[in-house]
Amino acid sequence: MVSEDLMKGFSWPRKDMISTENLTRAEIDRIFAMADVFRESLKNDKTKLPYLKGKVVVSLFFEPSTRTRTAFEMAAHKLGADVISVASNISSSVKGETLKDTARNIEALMADMIIVRHSSSGAAKYLADRVKIPVINAGDGAHAHPTQALLDAFTMRQKFGGDFRGKKITILGDILFSRVARSNIYLLKTLGASVTLVGPSTLVPKEFEKLGVRICYNLAEAVSDADVVMLLRIQHERQSATHFPSISEYANVFGLGIDRENLLKEGAFIMHPGPINRGVELDTPLADSPRSVILNQVTNGVAVRMAVMNLCMHHTQKNS
Amino acid sequence: MKKEILIKNARVVDPSQKLDKICDVCVSGGVFAGRVSESAEVVDASGLVLAPGFVDMHVHLREPGQTSKESVETGTAAAAAGGFTTIVAMPNTIPAADSAASIRLINDIISETAKVRVLQSACITEGRSGVKLAPFGTLRKLGVVAVTDDGSCVQSAELMRNAMQYADMFGLLVMDHCQENTLTASGQMHEGEWSARLGLGGWPAAAEDIIVARDAILAYYTKSRIHLQHISSALSVGIIRSAKKRGIRISAEATPHHLTLTDESLKDYDTNFKMCPPLRSAGDVNALVEGLADGTIDVIATDHAPHSETDKDREFDCAPFGITGLETAFSVCHEALVRSGKMPLSRLVEAMSTKPAQILGIGAGTLAEGANADFVLIDENAEYVYNTTLSRSKNSPWFGKKLRAKVVATYLGGEKIY
Repeated sequence: MVSEDLMKGFSWPRKDMISTENLTRAEIDRIFAMADVFRESLKNDKTKLPYLKGKVVVSLFFEPSTRTRTAFEMAAHKLGADVISVASNISSSVKGETLKDTARNIEALMADMIIVRHSSSGAAKYLADRVKIPVINAGDGAHAHPTQALLDAFTMRQKFGGDFRGKKITILGDILFSRVARSNIYLLKTLGASVTLVGPSTLVPKEFEKLGVRICYNLAEAVSDADVVMLLRIQHERQSATHFPSISEYANVFGLGIDRENLLKEGAFIMHPGPINRGVELDTPLADSPRSVILNQVTNGVAVRMAVMNLCMHHTQKNS
Repeated sequence: MKKEILIKNARVVDPSQKLDKICDVCVSGGVFAGRVSESAEVVDASGLVLAPGFVDMHVHLREPGQTSKESVETGTAAAAAGGFTTIVAMPNTIPAADSAASIRLINDIISETAKVRVLQSACITEGRSGVKLAPFGTLRKLGVVAVTDDGSCVQSAELMRNAMQYADMFGLLVMDHCQENTLTASGQMHEGEWSARLGLGGWPAAAEDIIVARDAILAYYTKSRIHLQHISSALSVGIIRSAKKRGIRISAEATPHHLTLTDESLKDYDTNFKMCPPLRSAGDVNALVEGLADGTIDVIATDHAPHSETDKDREFDCAPFGITGLETAFSVCHEALVRSGKMPLSRLVEAMSTKPAQILGIGAGTLAEGANADFVLIDENAEYVYNTTLSRSKNSPWFGKKLRAKVVATYLGGEKIY
């Protein structure tokens, strides 16, 4: 059982978790320290923790999601909260209700926290500015997915300890449309790591250099000195149909096939936020090899989200 | 007996007569006059600037069809407050201004409710669908001064070529909203560092540049005239500059917001900074200001685009493009262009009155004897907070902000209307 004074002697200033862009090093460390405790409790204890007992958490997903939603709801359950799921196909949005009205109604129903995923960049902040209860961003358009980045960094930290300085992380794939990439860039920069982006030039625009990262269009060069290679799901759907010729071309040029494992340095490991297109961005033997920490990411996802939810629920932000 | 006014001691700025000095201005019977009798009403305008009433080539009055956003009455009241005495109403009303019937309806509304002179523009194509030309000859007879599909851009070069050639026959001005659609299909803001940071769909400057170049080439080829609306990109300024050097009959406008704000303003997803074309980089802003100073950009037009709070208070992707601008145009431009020393007051006045009047071929934008006595009095040192509006909408990035330099009086045909 986790000690009851987990929150004692500490104040958390943020009502909401919208983006990793402005998180300080101290805040990140605090989240990780709390996630460590929850990670242990998940291993050892099947009972619920009491921190959100009696609280109602609404998960409001305007976009389909399996793993993020499950991880958030699992995290809420583990903290003793009651969870209400609202999926976009049954919500009032299909009847034309605005996001603002939906949120205010949820608040009027005495909910204590909203977990939101929305296809529009900025939607989580929009919501957070209009309700008094905490809002956790579970992904807004191509903007941010802070808990994914936090769980990714938490997973790296388990591998190479607390010090990210000098560590090289390469993010490979569709950066342009990726909220995961953006949130990881900001977080990893704050932690002191160097970040390289690689992928087709149409999906890895030069503008990203302004975020303080290196951009590279050669796979071998981009991954050769990386401590971590983070792959992003590549899709060839409506929004990116003209950005590259085909999935097989992508696999030929940028896929991390088993024949390319020799490009990685010894000890480098592989991450993926899922769901994986096996045989496209990543071959099955590599995805399931000792280099892969993909399943650790999933378990860590619950612990990190427990920490974020617990902190924001007990925030000390003024005027909220 | 004719009403007479004598305005004394103002700094009189009239670019049409290359005038910038302290002198008297006389009004008699609604027009400017050489002298007035002893019994004239005397207005002491010491410390104020007197300039021709402003002419805005680009205003959305939303009537008929979207009167929750604006009406002819409220939009023209806002125009008067901003010093505009003549405005051109855009044709993207509901129904669109593309037929004799809709123009007659709009003309009726204008004659009943407008507080300033409203000139009507019509669509280039029926329903602004880019497929079939509107009946320019018929519409011209009903008083239409220009045609534009504003809000949309005619994508077919062949149709645009014919529109320019056909309109020129009637002396009708063709104005284009320059936007190549395939490059902007998912566009929400200028494509650059900030769209990368914010994860918002990019709207590259190239989408404008391509159409600006196309239109310049078509004007060159057909020897007809083209006016380019709300130019926002540095390369477009360069294309227009070289087109003018070649003698192509081309003119262009820029908005107060594109002359003063950059894409960084969107960092908090405030939809009052969402407009079409989008706010661009500092380099683009500098090129626009330079272009305005050297005359490449002929006029300042507001693209006053009112939207209700319900429309604008949405997730960013869902909110419509556009901001209001009639009431703030002068203050905003004065601060950024004149007070900053980038151009003299006379150039700003010219870009807001004389030039647009010339392009439209109307006798406004001048204090010359015999012209309608449309003029403004300006206090260059006034400070105020912009927190009330006569417009029905307040979707302005300057709402609630402190501004300087203010239009303190607007006269239309010698009558004080603000």
